[in-house]
Amino acid sequence: MAEPQLPVGPAIAVSDLRMRYGDKDVLGGVDFTVETGSVTALLGPNGAGKTTTVEILEGFRARSGGEVSVLGADPADGDEHWRARMGIVLQEWRDNGKWRVRDLLAHFADYYRPYTDPWSADELLDMVGLTEQAGQRLMRLSGGQRRRLDVAAGIVGRPALLFLDEPTTGFDPHARREFHELIHRLTDLEGTTILLTTHDLAEAEKLAERILILAGGRIIADGSPDALARAAATTAEVKWMQDGRLQVHATDDATAFARKLLATDDGAVTDLEIHRASLEDAYLALVEQFEAGEVQAAADTFQEATR
Amino acid sequence: MNPTMHAYKTGWRRALIETKVTLTTPSDVIGTLFPLVIGVTVLLFLRGVDIEGAPVSLGSMSMPSLIGMFIVWGGVFGVLGTMVMDRTNGTMLRAKSMPGGMTGYLVGHLGSIAIFTAFSVMVMLVVGLVFFDGLEFASPDRWLLFLAVLVLILAATVPLGAVLGALLDNPNNMALVMLPFMGLIAISGIFYPITALPDWLQAIGQVFPTYWAGLGMRHALLPDSAVAVEIGQSWRTLTMFIVLAAWSAASMAFAPKLLSRMARRESGSTMAARREKMQQDWG
Repeated sequence: MAEPQLPVGPAIAVSDLRMRYGDKDVLGGVDFTVETGSVTALLGPNGAGKTTTVEILEGFRARSGGEVSVLGADPADGDEHWRARMGIVLQEWRDNGKWRVRDLLAHFADYYRPYTDPWSADELLDMVGLTEQAGQRLMRLSGGQRRRLDVAAGIVGRPALLFLDEPTTGFDPHARREFHELIHRLTDLEGTTILLTTHDLAEAEKLAERILILAGGRIIADGSPDALARAAATTAEVKWMQDGRLQVHATDDATAFARKLLATDDGAVTDLEIHRASLEDAYLALVEQFEAGEVQAAADTFQEATR
Repeated sequence: MNPTMHAYKTGWRRALIETKVTLTTPSDVIGTLFPLVIGVTVLLFLRGVDIEGAPVSLGSMSMPSLIGMFIVWGGVFGVLGTMVMDRTNGTMLRAKSMPGGMTGYLVGHLGSIAIFTAFSVMVMLVVGLVFFDGLEFASPDRWLLFLAVLVLILAATVPLGAVLGALLDNPNNMALVMLPFMGLIAISGIFYPITALPDWLQAIGQVFPTYWAGLGMRHALLPDSAVAVEIGQSWRTLTMFIVLAAWSAASMAFAPKLLSRMARRESGSTMAARREKMQQDWG
């Protein structure tokens, strides 16, 4: 049995990552690092290059340029020991449809035995809430159950790093909530680093400690959900009642404006409200511009807004 | 344990589970048995047809040929068809995402096809012995020859299926491989002695494994005097072994490179693209 390698440095380090298909640059110099033990969301509109980025990190795709290190190795020449330390949950896995749930997990666990002590099928089923479905065929599972099984299969080898690609696409709100709870449970497993991709800001805010926004082939924002929200809220709308009339004023410095307003109003101002532009507003504007084909403009505007 | 050995062992377990899964999935069993039932039914009606110079009826003569053909078909298309599907539904990508998973997948898949084909062949053999007069299976040397030919045909065709499966990216191109194979059956002496065909067609037929599979099974199951309607009035035992072994060696030589190329290219987005293409072509 191989000795587990100790984590050295960040779980993922990417610098100047480039990807070119034909004459189209999909990734034009992506830089980021992901620290061990964190939950990071790679957020971006559909077609922004998220899947390409993650596939390069997973070692599924050769890159055009740049430096990439995942769990201390270049994914382009990651061996089976390296492979054993990561788990991958893809968007739409419909594999092994005729297999039964427990058989599949028990079989997958076998692959990891030379490298680690994998979870047992029953422990995993309990963790993802599929104990009752243990004897069912995979193709009979609902969409949400299937994705939870995919997560179980992804963590069977106790991975140091788990990739979740668009994990809740096509879910109803109930399935989505259950899935989010599962991810929260996973983050309690010691030391598992999670990188998830999503195009849903609410999901990123809910699950991740840190959000990387990818658009126009580069990372245009990077920070905790709070930090991004604060950065996005550069302009605020101040509303108040004065002399029986509603007053509205847009400002970059709401605090200073309000201080001045209250200092000079002689008590006439009532119902003071300050609305900051939310991260959601900024992100939705980005997605809209992106979908209208204004990729570069979208990226630039957003980057300005969040700096 | 050595990780590579472990992957092979895990793959073998996969083969057993796959076999169990296939045998307990009614649609799989029916899908395999249905064409066989039709084939055997046709042969039942040919029991009354005599061939000049042969000691057995056309039905009895064709039964071993049908077994030989089925092994070729099951070996090649059992492997190819599932591989093509598995690249579309993510089974192969899943294998790629686990340590030793691709090795395990291939060992398991090829192994399960071989087991399942051999199982179907045993069923056909029993049916043949019960319903067709003149088949001989009463001595150990017959058993040995039958098993040797069965193993050799599987060894020639299962890797061939893997080679084709590695090359065939789009499920819709299956027909491109299937149609020539069907044509090949017509010139491989399966349902009528090949000697009835013009020489140039005989020559083409003898390049491919289907003819030799049929010949080998007739050799194993028919009375010796049935050799009278074969080319050169000979079972050509050595040639048969050499041709099938050559197909096996050639496929096995190409398979690892092609399979690792296929594995290297496999990713979530190639899979999604394939799926999309399939939907476009169908809809």
